[in-house]
Amino acid sequence: MPSVASKQYSDDVSLLVLLLDTNPLFWSNTSITFSQFLSHVLAFLNAVLGLNQLNQVVVIATGYSSCDYIYDSSLTSNHGNFESRGTGMPPLFASLLKKLEDFVTKDEELSREEGHEDRTPSCLLSGSLSMALCYIQRVFRSGHIHPQPRILCLQGSPDGPEQYVAVMNSIFSAQRLMVPIDSCYIGVQNSAFLQQASYITGGVHHTPKQLDGLFQYLTTIFATDLHSRGFVQLPKPIGVDFRASCFCHKKTIDMGYICSVCLSIFCEHHKKCSTCGSVFGQSKLDEASSVSDKKRKAPHT
Amino acid sequence: MAGEQVEKRGVKYKSSIKDPGTPGFLRINEVMLLFVPNDPKSDSKLKLQTKNIKSHKYTKEGSNKPPWLYLTTYQGRNHIIEFENYSDMHTCRDFVAALLKSDEEPKKAAVTTSTEQLSIKELELRFKLLKENSELQRLHKQFVESKVLTEDEFWATRKKLLGKDSIRKSKQQLGLKSMMVSGIKPSTDGRTNRVTFNLTPEIIFQIFAEKPAVRQAFINYVPSKMTEKDFWTKYFRAEYLYSTKNTAVAAAEAAEDEELAVFLKPDEILARETRQKIRRVDPTLDMEADEGDDYSHLMDHGIQRDGTMDVVEPQNDQFKRSLLQDLNRHAAVVLEGRSIDVDSEDTRIVAEALTRVKQVSKADGETTKDANQERLERMSRVAGMEDLQAPQNFPLAPLSIKDPRDYFESQQGNVVNVPRGAKGLKRNVHEAYGLLKDSIVEIRATGLSDPLIKPEVSFEVFSSLTRTISTAKNIIGKNPRESFLDRLPKSTKDEVLHHWTSIQELLRHFWSSYPITTPYLHTKVGKLKDAMSNTYSKLDAMKESVQSDLRHQISLLVRPMQQALDAAFQHYEADLQRRTAKSSDGERPNGYV
Repeated sequence: MPSVASKQYSDDVSLLVLLLDTNPLFWSNTSITFSQFLSHVLAFLNAVLGLNQLNQVVVIATGYSSCDYIYDSSLTSNHGNFESRGTGMPPLFASLLKKLEDFVTKDEELSREEGHEDRTPSCLLSGSLSMALCYIQRVFRSGHIHPQPRILCLQGSPDGPEQYVAVMNSIFSAQRLMVPIDSCYIGVQNSAFLQQASYITGGVHHTPKQLDGLFQYLTTIFATDLHSRGFVQLPKPIGVDFRASCFCHKKTIDMGYICSVCLSIFCEHHKKCSTCGSVFGQSKLDEASSVSDKKRKAPHT
Repeated sequence: MAGEQVEKRGVKYKSSIKDPGTPGFLRINEVMLLFVPNDPKSDSKLKLQTKNIKSHKYTKEGSNKPPWLYLTTYQGRNHIIEFENYSDMHTCRDFVAALLKSDEEPKKAAVTTSTEQLSIKELELRFKLLKENSELQRLHKQFVESKVLTEDEFWATRKKLLGKDSIRKSKQQLGLKSMMVSGIKPSTDGRTNRVTFNLTPEIIFQIFAEKPAVRQAFINYVPSKMTEKDFWTKYFRAEYLYSTKNTAVAAAEAAEDEELAVFLKPDEILARETRQKIRRVDPTLDMEADEGDDYSHLMDHGIQRDGTMDVVEPQNDQFKRSLLQDLNRHAAVVLEGRSIDVDSEDTRIVAEALTRVKQVSKADGETTKDANQERLERMSRVAGMEDLQAPQNFPLAPLSIKDPRDYFESQQGNVVNVPRGAKGLKRNVHEAYGLLKDSIVEIRATGLSDPLIKPEVSFEVFSSLTRTISTAKNIIGKNPRESFLDRLPKSTKDEVLHHWTSIQELLRHFWSSYPITTPYLHTKVGKLKDAMSNTYSKLDAMKESVQSDLRHQISLLVRPMQQALDAAFQHYEADLQRRTAKSSDGERPNGYV
């Protein structure tokens, strides 16, 4: 990953922003329990912090109806405040867990209020990506020297097609900022969003097969800092799922109609584009044959 | 003249255009052409059979070129024979033409180049291009020499190559010398009082370019009032007077001799030009008017003081010229470059040409009344002072900022999903949250699990990852930039690329020949079709011959080529069918075979 030379103070100092999936609908039926998952993740965070004294870690929880910052290793109010009650948890992460618990409670309340019945059981990826990018932008503006940031997305929930536009916008912003988005998908189906995110921004995407070895996957693949990725071979996916969702129904499609002005995608023929308002011309063929007007969506590069 | 043979003496043989030619003796008869050099030691003897001569060309009598006969053989070699005079050349040429005509097959429908007057230069260009570009040479050899395409057809599509080259060959213009005109020092004879100036056309050009008054004087005075020699004598007298910096003497002599006075006075024409330029200078800093001008020729502009201490009387002021003025003027002229191309020695022609150029540029630069008006308006607009202007009330247009929520939320409409029981979901969600919170409490109590990960699991993960990485490398290749072509053996790769270019060439000619209106095109299309079938079978053969692991990729590469050829064949067949159907109907439109 190319990084601007003036923006680093040492080659391998990294800022890792971890997007943790806390979607209860996903965690209620998985092979690995949330607590096991958390122990892998916390050990991984410890390892990352141990790689370099100047490394930083930020954790953002991606809930069902909201997202929030859970942990920031650069804040000094982390340790010391919580007396260890003889628990096994190192005090470093006690605050993280406390905040996580508070977040889950808040999220539950929000979801009760809104009452989303018709939504797919997806987590709010677009929200947490935006929060991560805002944090990174603040770091960039803090001065000349700062660690090299990257985003790691740990997700198991399926994609929510209604978030397609927002997620793609975040991906392009990350591409502009030259921030790679790594993604580790532990769910059942394939996540097109995460694959596209890693492909476009130059990150690593991997789907671990054995969830009880999650810690090994995390430390082998996702702990590498950006500088070392130049000489370390990381697993690459053979193909990328570039399917988009249509703007009218939020269905995932791979063949549809595209507005030539604003590039919005539709699954069926419309008279007018709902995004930019431009009127579409006459379709050159009758209703019977319906092949030539459809264009296959090209990958974003 | 139409005898059995032709013999000529005083002939020179050249193997290429640059070759000065070896003199000798030439004999042509029906079977053979023989050239024997006069000098028995030289080894440029030429003996070739007349049936090998493919074509001949010759230089035209009216042109300035020497009488040359240019012969091309089927082996691709060229011979140039220079004759003493045109009539000799014509006899030989006619003889060779007669021979060639008898050799020619009557059914050769291709246009023969012997009837064309290709210039030697163009032929030279073609040979040079062929020599430089080996791919082009290969194509040329494949098609033109197997008579699939004729020479002209081959080069017709490459006019761009030929055209560009000829532009390159044009001469580069020489610039002006940077030595100043006033730096021309005469040679003095130590004994007598004479000084001798050397005048070359180059210097004359420079003088005319730098001093328009001198040029004007030349046009006016020579040859009416004085000869050129006198003119220049007077000019150099003036220069000499300037160099002595003796203004009193200069004034005295100017008073005597009015022609001399012209040279001694400051240059009126220049002054007029610069005054005009100043008038055109835009106070809003338009830099164009500053191009190459110097204001020091105007008496009230520029720096008069050049550091010298001598006091000059006011009436003699105009006879003084400073080094700065000279320098500036010379530099301006050099930067302008050579504005005319006239090479001639005649001074008068040079002078007139320069005047014409200056007049043209003056006409271009002259501003018309409208342009002036526009300029004044622009100046007043740009130089306006804001606080002195009247208050301008622009009509306000309200900003239309759309509420972004509209955009996002409108995209969320019509989410078609399998409807679930609302109550059921709510219960599920509540339960799920409960489970989540329990997990968090549990981990806070128990801490990280120990051991975090079992060693066997870890090892399995490692091996699967290694396998993934190495298989990906095999499929995608070590270097993502590497293309499949690089993995082929070199000969196959060259062959594939050559087939590609030759198919493109063939198809270009094929498709341009449709619709077929003349028998010439008909035969051409037939020949092209044969060549294409040939290439098609070659492609098939290549596919078979390649190693099995590369076979699939090669067939993928070759497929578009074969598809293009198939399309061409189809078109040919369809056209042929249509044609036979039409002719069998009994109708015969004009021109169709």
